[in-house]
Amino acid sequence: MHLPMISQIINLLAAILLLLSFAMLTQRRILSLINFFALQGLTLTLAILVVAYSTGQHHLYYSAALTFVLKVLILPWVLHRLIRKLNVKWDVETLINIPTTMLVGIGLVILAFNVALPISQLAGTIARSTLGIALACVLLAFLTMITRSKAVPQVIGFLAMENGLVFAATSATYGMPMVVEFGIALDVMVGMVILGVFFFQIRERFESLDIRHLEKLTEE
Amino acid sequence: MNWQLYLVLGTPLLGGILLALWGHKRWAAGLNIAMSVATFVAAAALTAQIISDGPLITANEQFFVDSLNVFLVALTAFVSMTTSLFSRPYMRIEHALGKLSDNRLRLFHSMYQLFIFTMLVVLLTNNLGILWVALEAATLTTVLLVSLYRTPASLEAAWKYFILCGVGIAQALFGTILLYSASQKVLGAGGGALLWTHLAPAAGSLEPTVMSLAFVFLLVGYGTKVGLVPLHNWLPDAHAEGPTPVSAILSGLLLNVALYALLRCKVLVDGALQAPFASHLMMGFGLLSVVVAAFFLSKQKDVKRMFAYSSVEHMGLVTFAFGMGGPIANFAGLLHMTLHSLTKSAIFFAVGHAAQKTGTQIMDDIRGLIKVSPTVGWGLMLGSIAILGVPPFGVFASEFLILTSAMRQQPWATPFLLIALGVAFAAVFSKVQPMVFGETNAKRLPHPPALIPVFAHLAIVLTLGFYIPPYLVDWYRVAAKLIG
Repeated sequence: MHLPMISQIINLLAAILLLLSFAMLTQRRILSLINFFALQGLTLTLAILVVAYSTGQHHLYYSAALTFVLKVLILPWVLHRLIRKLNVKWDVETLINIPTTMLVGIGLVILAFNVALPISQLAGTIARSTLGIALACVLLAFLTMITRSKAVPQVIGFLAMENGLVFAATSATYGMPMVVEFGIALDVMVGMVILGVFFFQIRERFESLDIRHLEKLTEE
Repeated sequence: MNWQLYLVLGTPLLGGILLALWGHKRWAAGLNIAMSVATFVAAAALTAQIISDGPLITANEQFFVDSLNVFLVALTAFVSMTTSLFSRPYMRIEHALGKLSDNRLRLFHSMYQLFIFTMLVVLLTNNLGILWVALEAATLTTVLLVSLYRTPASLEAAWKYFILCGVGIAQALFGTILLYSASQKVLGAGGGALLWTHLAPAAGSLEPTVMSLAFVFLLVGYGTKVGLVPLHNWLPDAHAEGPTPVSAILSGLLLNVALYALLRCKVLVDGALQAPFASHLMMGFGLLSVVVAAFFLSKQKDVKRMFAYSSVEHMGLVTFAFGMGGPIANFAGLLHMTLHSLTKSAIFFAVGHAAQKTGTQIMDDIRGLIKVSPTVGWGLMLGSIAILGVPPFGVFASEFLILTSAMRQQPWATPFLLIALGVAFAAVFSKVQPMVFGETNAKRLPHPPALIPVFAHLAIVLTLGFYIPPYLVDWYRVAAKLIG
């Protein structure tokens, strides 16, 4: 009965991830959004650790460490700092009201499960049943991004999407090769630095981080 | 030792680091040129080596060079060299006009070299995971270049570029994960399962359902970067708002590189499915891009935006050609990729100087270029004629090949292509003609413009219209066969 127990733990963590994705989707306050993101990173780290322990895939320990350092420590810290430096305290306005977003989100989850079903059946990993949840997290993060009008929440949505992808990699394949994981982490880091620079540029120009200022370039 | 390969990758990386330190000095533009020339020389040496010795796998199988990517490496190195020649006077003029500070020049020079580096990594890597990482890095290096002027419009363009390409490339990562999960079962866990040289021979035994789903995600992801409709929204903004050298390399090189990534994946999916699933998707997206972009062309007011839409159109055409597949269509696609890169970057060079002379990018305000500067005027006119596929320019040959193979293989698509090309011709020609001829409002520039790159590119395009050297034909044939 060892393996089913492990599977159950992984499924539990996957469910928590999905729950956190929904929480981020509906969260109005920006500080809570960052905290949820950190919590998601932590859950992800635990999930990777459990998979690593149960399968004896050593490189997953590095992957877990990388996730922990990057997603739980560095990025939330950078985001908190940015928020303080930019002095943004406002609540996040969503472009669509929250109940509608929730309904769309549920639709996306159903879609994700259907898409992932044939692959889950083929994958031989113990966490295969969670691939649908991983895809759902990616799609929900995407929804979080497109329903927000401010720059910082959009970026958090983007990073949450990356969390979903890492979880997908863990559940479908026991993680990508190490060199690729480091590359991805490097890209995320560099991306954050560039975004930090970018926030200040937008702010300097518009005196606000509202992306609705950035809607002039459209086709008439 | 494969010194050529290391030199190709090392030179732009070193250039990026050096220019990050000294990119604001007066001689920085010269250093930028020197590094780009050195990269091109190394790429030429690499090409010569591949032609004489055949495909190369090196550095613990992490790098792989065959006829398909070495041709793109040579093209990338060449266009980045000419663009660096163009950017020297162009950026000096922008600096003199007070649009750019020393620090921004440093950012530009450094990121320019790093952008070239990331593209070369995409082309040369054997690892599909690293390919993804490098392509994402290529986006990151150009985000700050698009917003170099810090105008509201350029910030908006850069934000859109970052978010849309970021989301797109995230889909591609999911596709890569799926691909890895399929290949892992055949090739075993570990680094080998993402290496192209291991995947390609084993493509037939990869799980078809997983691979087809993976391709959908990869197409959406890399297709965003190629600028395929309906994922093209970032492209016109980024091209119009960034500095012109950046528009030239985005249009001439990045789109090609993204399409290359897609092609590598298509070969695997074709091998796994034994059915034209990937081909149909690529044909559909390609054709849609051609038609939609052609109709958007006539609505444009900004000259760089218009040529950006023209890039969408041409990338669509190339994607369609690769979708059709077969030796002739693939040959035509590769040829069109080459010619489009050369012609479009030449057009952006001319457009850049024209916009500097008139102080605007709005086409209605640019008039009579030929009176002030015959070379800029003729450069723009000839470039436009070339990109519209007028004989004897080479684009005519490649478009003709694509059309005739469409008639043979996919007759239903031919009317759409013909109408789209016709609409594009009418739109672009009627807008460029008054810009070049007629009364003028242009003024003199503080530095002489760089026109050698414009005419060098156009001369090559013209020559390829008359005569494609036999070794180039062989080369394209071999490359076309690799894509299946």
